[in-house]
Amino acid sequence: MAIEISFGQYLPLDSFIHRLDPRIKLIITLINIITIFIIKDFIGYISLACFLLFLIVSSKVPPLYIFRGLKPLIFFILLTFFLHLFTTQGTVIFQWWILKGTAEGLRNGLLMVVRFMLLISFSTLLTLTCSPLELTDAMESLMSPLKRIGFPAHEMAMMMSIALRFIPVLVEETNRIIKAQVARGADIESGSIINRAKNLIPILVPLFVNTFKRADDLALAMEVRCYRGGEGRTRMKEYVLSSLDFLILSISIVIAIISILI
Amino acid sequence: MSSLIEMNDVWYQYNPDSPLAYWALMGVNLRIERGEFISIIGPTGSGKSTLIQHFNGLLKPAKGEVIVDGVDISRTSDLKSIRKKVGMVFQYPETQIFSETIYDELAFGLRNYGYSEDEIEERIESVTKKLGIDYLPLDKSPFLLSGGEMRRIAIASILAMEPEVFVLDEPLANLDPQGRRELLREIDSLNKKESLTVIIVSHDLSEVSRYANRIIVLSEGKIIMDGPPKEIFKDVEKLIDISLGVPQLVELLYNLYKRGADIPYNILDMEEAAKVIVKWRKSLGNRDKLRTIPTA
Repeated sequence: MAIEISFGQYLPLDSFIHRLDPRIKLIITLINIITIFIIKDFIGYISLACFLLFLIVSSKVPPLYIFRGLKPLIFFILLTFFLHLFTTQGTVIFQWWILKGTAEGLRNGLLMVVRFMLLISFSTLLTLTCSPLELTDAMESLMSPLKRIGFPAHEMAMMMSIALRFIPVLVEETNRIIKAQVARGADIESGSIINRAKNLIPILVPLFVNTFKRADDLALAMEVRCYRGGEGRTRMKEYVLSSLDFLILSISIVIAIISILI
Repeated sequence: MSSLIEMNDVWYQYNPDSPLAYWALMGVNLRIERGEFISIIGPTGSGKSTLIQHFNGLLKPAKGEVIVDGVDISRTSDLKSIRKKVGMVFQYPETQIFSETIYDELAFGLRNYGYSEDEIEERIESVTKKLGIDYLPLDKSPFLLSGGEMRRIAIASILAMEPEVFVLDEPLANLDPQGRRELLREIDSLNKKESLTVIIVSHDLSEVSRYANRIIVLSEGKIIMDGPPKEIFKDVEKLIDISLGVPQLVELLYNLYKRGADIPYNILDMEEAAKVIVKWRKSLGNRDKLRTIPTA
């Protein structure tokens, strides 16, 4: 009955990966993603997969969590595989009904599967080891050069962090309201689609009312603290790059180059 | 007749199978009889809210059994009828209000249980009288009311379903002193006059303990004390130890006792406390003797 949203599935563990500067983690993930798209051969993926394995092991994240990130996309991955297998022209290795599987198709299909799995695994690892707030901080910091051409980097980051900050609050509140209405005999799980939609009203109305109230309160609280946007704003926790950050970044760049060249 | 609510070795775990897993209830045994006025007390995070959500099957135990009026909540497929027997008012119940009119809000639960409109009207009339809100215009929007009135509407909407046991989670939070007193008195009279079983959850002993005939103290997922208020307050040190607020009267009497005054300190009634103090004062004889009491 209760909803569980594993958005920003951050796992607060203690590892050196968790302690890395979030900007570095974001850059490394971006480098890896770009590399994944440049690589055209399996050998390149092997070195990248080894790097991924190293990161997962040193982050102490149970591998199960990475698989959980892959699970919802299995259908999509399989679909791409079969599309490649049956639509690529080349030497036919087997035929089933009107579908012709080709050797080139098999190769391309497998390449896509590996590509997707690496892509998802790298980004899942990022969200598992970086809290949502760290991520938005990193984005703001990386986008801040764009401020000069008028891009509202701070406002974007503030909007994102407020939205992220309130996701767990809203989830909790939704669960609480669901429980309260179920305790009054509301039936939210059975009945026709129209009935179920109707039964959402006792949940959505209080949720909206409370959210508007909360937004008002938040705006007031920010104004009371003289919030005036990003101009001249300092932070309590400045991110400082350590030698470890540079080391991991260099390793990542070297691995990317190796993966592309071999 | 069996107990109204019976819990046998109940365990409950949040976020099972993850690094964030923790046990909120650890082996709770509990029997609640009809007509009791129980106060469940415990510091934040002691498992109070988790415990009461087992009473109407919103949560199901990971281990152990919860039996409500003879029905095991883990086995039954008819939780809806249990939820009618166990009326539950959550924290800040005014935030669950959604209807366009006060009448519809009060009728929501009753309509879910398929009562006829005639009966609904009758019950709403009686419940608004009981809670002293019969002056409110039933055809107006509940969102125009004050916070205290909205809370009463929310509480009334549960009470209208005529539950056998009335469970309230921190019903006094954010109410002014007068609102607190009135609400408690109304709940108390429901318990006395209609022998409604009442369970109030609170983190503060002072307010509810005067009305409750039984106090259950929870700490870290376990029941550590269970008995009538007078018994509970015999062990003041233990209550302060787990950072629970003790009624000021009890604290005062306990401090006098610690300084050598020969008086009982597990007293909740002002009148009674005054009598005890006067009696003790007289037993000391003249005024000079008072000075012999050690000061620290």
